[in-house]
Amino acid sequence: MTEIREPVDATAVAAMRQRYPEVFVPGWRRNRALIAAYIGLGALLIYGLATLGFANPRLFDGIGKLGSLFAMMLPPDPGSVHRAVIYLKALGETLAIAFLGTMLAAVLGLPVALLAARNVTANRIVHFLSRRSLDTLRGVDVLVWALIWINVVGLGPFAGVLALMTSDLGTFGKLFSEAIEASDKRPVEGVVSTGGGSLHRIRFGILPGVLPVMASQVLYYIESNTRSATIIGIVGAGGIGLHLAEQIRVLEFQHVAFIVILILVAVAAIDWISTRLRLALIGSRRVEMA
Amino acid sequence: MERGYRDAVRAKRARAALVAACIGVCILVSAVSAEVDVVKLFANIDKFTSYLGRIFVLENGRPVWTDPVEWYWGLGRWLSLLLETVLIAYVGTALGAIGGTLLAFLAAANLSPQPVVRAVTRRYFELCRTFPELVFALIFVIAFGLGPLPGVLAVAIHTMGALGKLFFEVTENIDMKPVEGVAASGAGWPVMVRFGALPQVLSNFVSYALLRFEINVRGASILGFVGAGGIGQDLIEAIRKFYYTDVSAILLLIIATVAIIDFVTEWIRHRLIGEQGAA
Repeated sequence: MTEIREPVDATAVAAMRQRYPEVFVPGWRRNRALIAAYIGLGALLIYGLATLGFANPRLFDGIGKLGSLFAMMLPPDPGSVHRAVIYLKALGETLAIAFLGTMLAAVLGLPVALLAARNVTANRIVHFLSRRSLDTLRGVDVLVWALIWINVVGLGPFAGVLALMTSDLGTFGKLFSEAIEASDKRPVEGVVSTGGGSLHRIRFGILPGVLPVMASQVLYYIESNTRSATIIGIVGAGGIGLHLAEQIRVLEFQHVAFIVILILVAVAAIDWISTRLRLALIGSRRVEMA
Repeated sequence: MERGYRDAVRAKRARAALVAACIGVCILVSAVSAEVDVVKLFANIDKFTSYLGRIFVLENGRPVWTDPVEWYWGLGRWLSLLLETVLIAYVGTALGAIGGTLLAFLAAANLSPQPVVRAVTRRYFELCRTFPELVFALIFVIAFGLGPLPGVLAVAIHTMGALGKLFFEVTENIDMKPVEGVAASGAGWPVMVRFGALPQVLSNFVSYALLRFEINVRGASILGFVGAGGIGQDLIEAIRKFYYTDVSAILLLIIATVAIIDFVTEWIRHRLIGEQGAA
């Protein structure tokens, strides 16, 4: 095979080098900062692996043990019909916790979001305070809220509902206020120009535009809360998590596998329903989720 | 025309009423199932406020900020546990992101070598994503013993599922022309992915991984509840044993850490996306 090549003139190369010096710098020199960052991150990863026990022979013992645990899961079996009914009831409780917690958070989140939105609340201090308190609510994990609410209403699913509500209030406040801030200004101006007050402005200028977005976010969170509600039972706040944690601790892995499959099916079903509803609400437009 | 308008309004209202009724029924059924007891809530609501009040009062009856030394008596220990928590989150996120990146190309419809591989990878992501870290941590603690190791693995597995899904969705939206170009020059699948697809998606992947890192720091702070390392162990002990001021001290430390990491990752993400927009 003959090679076809343009004859390259050495003086032309020199001229090019003079005119565009940055093109002739080798790649590693151009990306020095980036490469340094990669090396730093890689070193941190290795340091982390070493200090957190990955250099320990326990890792290999553990992998072997994990294999036998998975073998113990087969076949998935609730033991008796009675147990299966108990698990199904607990699963229903989990779904109820997720649904109610999210709905309550959404209802409470709307007024807070209006306070935290820059284009509704002109007062800087109110705006700042509501933003920071929402951050605090979000910063505390839902399990911690569950432990606090258990002090108030006792063990059981109600504490789980309140815990999800408290932690999602922070999330919804933030998401809703961002949606409100991004909303179209023109309807509001229209309402103001016809003499509408501030409540009219919110009801007829802002809400019609942002409600579908909010509804879609609520649906998404019902879906994601179904997942997180599966662990709320670990601290005694109701739902299937209690049974899951209990069966793992007593090493009844056939029961564990049965519960795992129940949860997978339930989450897949909720996923499917909520995706359908969301598409119906907002079309195929994608909504930014934090 | 007026009648047409009235009919349209009536139809819209009827539909809204139907939706409201459906939601109402769902709420009622869930309220029964979740044992909602509004009377008990309002009878005991003072316990909630008094709890929040009590975690900010020292044993000598004065508010915590009058004596920060007494309030943060365990600062050294808590800071080192907090560092461990952040490290667990970092290593877990890194391992999960690396695994997710490798598998995402197998799961993406436009790059996947085989429909069977694609389906299996997607089911695997779903399994990893559905269960919160804590569930994996419970199982791993039995296999690997107490300590941060099961915590890291739990975070890594859950992160792989969550990021894997986002990653393959990004990958499905890439421009296929570079991929075709690399394939046309005779490259195999790994080379095609490395030079055709990866450069297009890398900045998005990093941005998602940073977002996940912040979420994982929050998640790692409770792994200690089941003995999987980090500050959660001291937090649950303080809550269970009613060491009120310790609860507020540790919670504030966690909130501050998460806020700092939130701020830093946000800044990096904006720079990443900004650079991409400029290029």
